[in-house]
Amino acid sequence: MRRTITILIENRFGAFDRVATMFSGKGFNISSISIGETEIAEISRMTIVTDGDNKIIDQIIKQLNRLIDTVKVSDLTDTYHIERELALITVNYQKGSMEEVKNICDIFRGNIVDINNKTMMIEITGPPEKINAAVNVLMPFGIKEMARSGTVALKRGEQLKEAKKEYVQTN
Amino acid sequence: MSPAKNKMTGADIFFECLKKENVDVIFGYPGGAVLKIYEKLYDIDWLKHVLVRHEQGATHMAEGYAKATGKVGVVLVTSGPGATNTVTGITDAYMDSVPIVVFTGQVPSHLIGNDAFQEADIVGITRPITKHNFLVRDVKELASTIKKAFYIASTGRPGPVLVDLPKDVINSSCEFEYPDEIDIRGYKPTYKGHFNQIKKAAEMIQKAKRPLFYVGGGVIMSNGTNELHLLARENKIPVTMTLQGLGAFPGTDELSLGMLGMHGTFWANQAVNNCDLLVALGARFDDRVTGKVETFATKAYKIHIDIDPTAIDKNVVVDLPIVGDVKNIMAEIAAEINQPPNTSDWLAMIEKWKEECPLSTGMEDAKLRTEFILEKISEKTNGNAVIVTDVGQHQMWTAQHYKFNNPRSNLTSGGLGTMGFSVPASIGASFGIKDRPIISISGDGGFQMNLQELITAKYYKVPVKFFIINNSFLGMVRQWQELFHQEKFSFTDLAASNPDFVKLGQALGIESFSTNSPSEVDSLLDHALSVNDRPVLIEFKVVKQDMVFPMVPAGASISDMMIRRLNPNRMI
Repeated sequence: MRRTITILIENRFGAFDRVATMFSGKGFNISSISIGETEIAEISRMTIVTDGDNKIIDQIIKQLNRLIDTVKVSDLTDTYHIERELALITVNYQKGSMEEVKNICDIFRGNIVDINNKTMMIEITGPPEKINAAVNVLMPFGIKEMARSGTVALKRGEQLKEAKKEYVQTN
Repeated sequence: MSPAKNKMTGADIFFECLKKENVDVIFGYPGGAVLKIYEKLYDIDWLKHVLVRHEQGATHMAEGYAKATGKVGVVLVTSGPGATNTVTGITDAYMDSVPIVVFTGQVPSHLIGNDAFQEADIVGITRPITKHNFLVRDVKELASTIKKAFYIASTGRPGPVLVDLPKDVINSSCEFEYPDEIDIRGYKPTYKGHFNQIKKAAEMIQKAKRPLFYVGGGVIMSNGTNELHLLARENKIPVTMTLQGLGAFPGTDELSLGMLGMHGTFWANQAVNNCDLLVALGARFDDRVTGKVETFATKAYKIHIDIDPTAIDKNVVVDLPIVGDVKNIMAEIAAEINQPPNTSDWLAMIEKWKEECPLSTGMEDAKLRTEFILEKISEKTNGNAVIVTDVGQHQMWTAQHYKFNNPRSNLTSGGLGTMGFSVPASIGASFGIKDRPIISISGDGGFQMNLQELITAKYYKVPVKFFIINNSFLGMVRQWQELFHQEKFSFTDLAASNPDFVKLGQALGIESFSTNSPSEVDSLLDHALSVNDRPVLIEFKVVKQDMVFPMVPAGASISDMMIRRLNPNRMI
């Protein structure tokens, strides 16, 4: 089953590698991984999308917690949370198909961020399923290149309060 | 404001930290990147530095010291090859949860990543085999990093920690301040068990008809043997131990069933198969213990007490997990039990299994056999020696036949199964244990993997008894070849290549003996045990073809035990 796990981790060199090493060493799967700054300078947030049965997910969470550099590990899958991903997609177009590609871009609330006489680059943000859908629709035009950021996720407001409390305690 | 302090170099700070951590012995080998540290060491008299002959030896010595004393073992080596040579020992410590701190030199910070002379990314290399590791990038972080290293290595589920020290960090200076306490927000081991679960465990024990304690090394690490004795004896509950758990409960006690698992006793494995309550105490359901997990203790309600949450439900799903310090939790469970269970029928059942399938005594004929030697050692030392085994047949025979009476007396490489462990680990133990004999037992194969450390033993006059069980074969591999690989004894026969162990020992300045006769075993053992000021080496030439039984084939259910050799003609 697909799970979205976020990790607050010390913003220290090698910390990211510890997480990646644990996944590869234990043979766990990573579908996507992203890491970036948080509101606290010395802490980063990682979002990992993985899959596995309950036993494997249980081990993933425990093994992540066991790493000294991880401050907090949460499985967001069964909570109210927001997931977003950013994709940059370079699509081929011909004279006749330009409008069509533009329409698709609008439907997905994307932006055209670059264009030349053969290709245009579309920026789309949204839940991973939305990106998948856009990719499927754009595929027939010929996707030249694509970059996806991997999922980032956060709990919704009500639960954020709770998370903050735990967060303060761990500090 | 505290008064301004004098600045100290990184090398001085290093030793001040060791002093604060009460380190009195380190195992090391000098080299370019740690020259400054060795320069300071030259004038230090409060710290014993043991010069090894190979850095792998240093890590196993630190392990032996740590396992025998419960203190943190400390290693100091140089960068590059010095550091990479520690990798096997560090992995061994990781698998068996041994608290050691390994200090490695590193090339100067500005050269890191340049493929400098004797550079290796040891922090990267050891990331998956350490509990944690550090690269110190500023001398100001040195003291707090060392404090963290010792704290992480020795608390929670213990394990190895590596600290990489670039040359410029050791050479530069700052004010020395050692933190009294350390707070690592991502590391808070759970010591206290959940009270409701403890109560429930006590309830289940009271209700059980056929309860069994399955004890691992965690009970010894938490110094919980007294609590275990009390809990088992007050409630008349039999105890079986893993390889690392041996010594947690006296082998001579009538409630002791000895070891379980692949080469465990028939009665211990029968007890596992038939118990209705299995309480795992500081054990991790290793595959060598469980055999086929689907058939492991299927009739039992399972309680698992361990300090490491990742151990819970990893291999076997349990009914009642309790995370915390097993020593405290055993005491709390004992306090909650009002009415001990009635186990007399259960104990009688186990007694029958004991009679049904006793262990072989090694006295079938006039030939010298390992079991016989081990029974003799056990008898002569009353189960009170520190026994340091290597890996293979002799290790399993020791686990079966030596009646360990005390914790921290059975030092062996369990998880990783590192041949070459025994010789250095026994030397390391001898720097911490002075009041009990220390016996190193190796096969002829493993003995040759770290025999350079005999030079260390000789130089420091350590009173270790080095016993070689020489069957001229890699015996355990040979056993598998005979049983599962069509008797193709591929590259396991060492007869033609083995050295003359007596001459070898003598060349290194060690008093050495050899025998192939059971009648000489007594006098040789008596002599070895009477020597207290130097090492002694004895080679026991034993029967080649003996196999360790009982045996559960890998991946089989533990009810499918092989009790003895199927083809008796091979029994020579």
